[in-house]
Amino acid sequence: MYTQALNADESQRDQTLPAPDAAKLARFQAVIDAEDKIEPNDWMPDAYRRTLQRQISQHAHSEIIGMQPEGNWLTRAPSLKRKATLLAKIQDEAGHGLYLYSAAETLGLSREAYCDQLLSGKAKYSSIFNYPTLTWADMGAIGWLVDGAAIMNQIPLCRCSYGPYARAMIRICKEESFHQRQGYEIMVTLAHGTPAQKAMAQDALDRFWWPVLMMFGPSDKDSMHSADSTKWKIKRFSNDELRQKFIDATIPQGRYLGLTFPDPDLTFNDATGHWEHGVIDWSEFKRVLAGDGPCNRQRLKARQTAEAEGAWVRDAARAYAAKRSQRQATSQVAAE
Amino acid sequence: MTEIATPLWEVFIRNRSGLPHKHCGSVHAADATMALQAARDVYTRRGESVSLWVVPSSAIIASDPVDRDVLFEPTGSKIYRHPTFYDVPDEVGHM
Ligand SMILES: [Fe+2]
Ligand SMILES: [Fe+2]
Repeated sequence: MYTQALNADESQRDQTLPAPDAAKLARFQAVIDAEDKIEPNDWMPDAYRRTLQRQISQHAHSEIIGMQPEGNWLTRAPSLKRKATLLAKIQDEAGHGLYLYSAAETLGLSREAYCDQLLSGKAKYSSIFNYPTLTWADMGAIGWLVDGAAIMNQIPLCRCSYGPYARAMIRICKEESFHQRQGYEIMVTLAHGTPAQKAMAQDALDRFWWPVLMMFGPSDKDSMHSADSTKWKIKRFSNDELRQKFIDATIPQGRYLGLTFPDPDLTFNDATGHWEHGVIDWSEFKRVLAGDGPCNRQRLKARQTAEAEGAWVRDAARAYAAKRSQRQATSQVAAE
Repeated sequence: MTEIATPLWEVFIRNRSGLPHKHCGSVHAADATMALQAARDVYTRRGESVSLWVVPSSAIIASDPVDRDVLFEPTGSKIYRHPTFYDVPDEVGHM
């Protein structure tokens, strides 16, 4: 996922930009309307470029930060099988971050620039990763629900108008299915286990359910910034549409587990065929996104520490590469 | 950040299918050896690949999108380059 919740600052953008050339703009829109792709060297309006730079990099940051809550349980996984699975999943998330940075870089900003935006706290990432993972059951809930929500969000992005982003999303979606299934398997095992294990699974669902619904971003009536993204075929479904799809898909899965959703207002509407949920606490969402969630500081600090402690490795690699290429140049001169 | 940027490499992988190497993304690495290792870690986690190429991104020469029509449009009218342009009598069967 990790993209939609974060576009709240779209309103501040682009008032300063000059109006783009009308003929170029028409050609650009015609390519999009024909469902063709916009590629890195093609002309694009600055606002399109900026929207994608922000969205793709925030998506990448979310993948990278998202490794932390799961990394928390890596050394305490209950079996070798679960440990190998969790490690593979976290490696995939690193891979997703890298595919996405690679796509974002084609828009003319360097990897270093994007990373600096994250490390300085300027860039946002998905609010969900600012919640703590308190028990092993959270590994189940994250795979099942967080990756499940991510899939809902990411599948339409495979058809995004920007070629490199769409291609990265296709790779990512192929890998996400394993993430959700392994999480659900953990939930099945716990829910059908001892009463203590079942209670642990229920507690994880209780804590993650509402934050996961918030992953889809503000309700449509409060988010008026998606008109451009829709016109540009970056966004194909509204926040509420995606949230609804997710809820409809997830409730039966939760019922199979014999768990209850922490929403007394959750009801099935026979007329529409959809599940209806209670009121989402958007003040919590805003608070977490603004930096005041349970783990915001810890997540950012971990990234900053990793970056600082890896500096000598990057230095050494660069020094080695420089020395080697210099030696090669000298031996070439000597041979001539 | 004051650090010098780490060079960018384009990554191409060849699948088991026997098709040619195909571009799949990019990695950052100080040198070619590390670029190959990073490409392996990032782009081949599920046995997709039997061969990897990494190429410094700065070495890629790309056609200009502005020239697209000039370069590629002329072949559009040359329908006689396609087999379907030619009539073969039904009696002859598949050819
Ligand atoms: Fe991911
Ligand atoms: Fe995932």
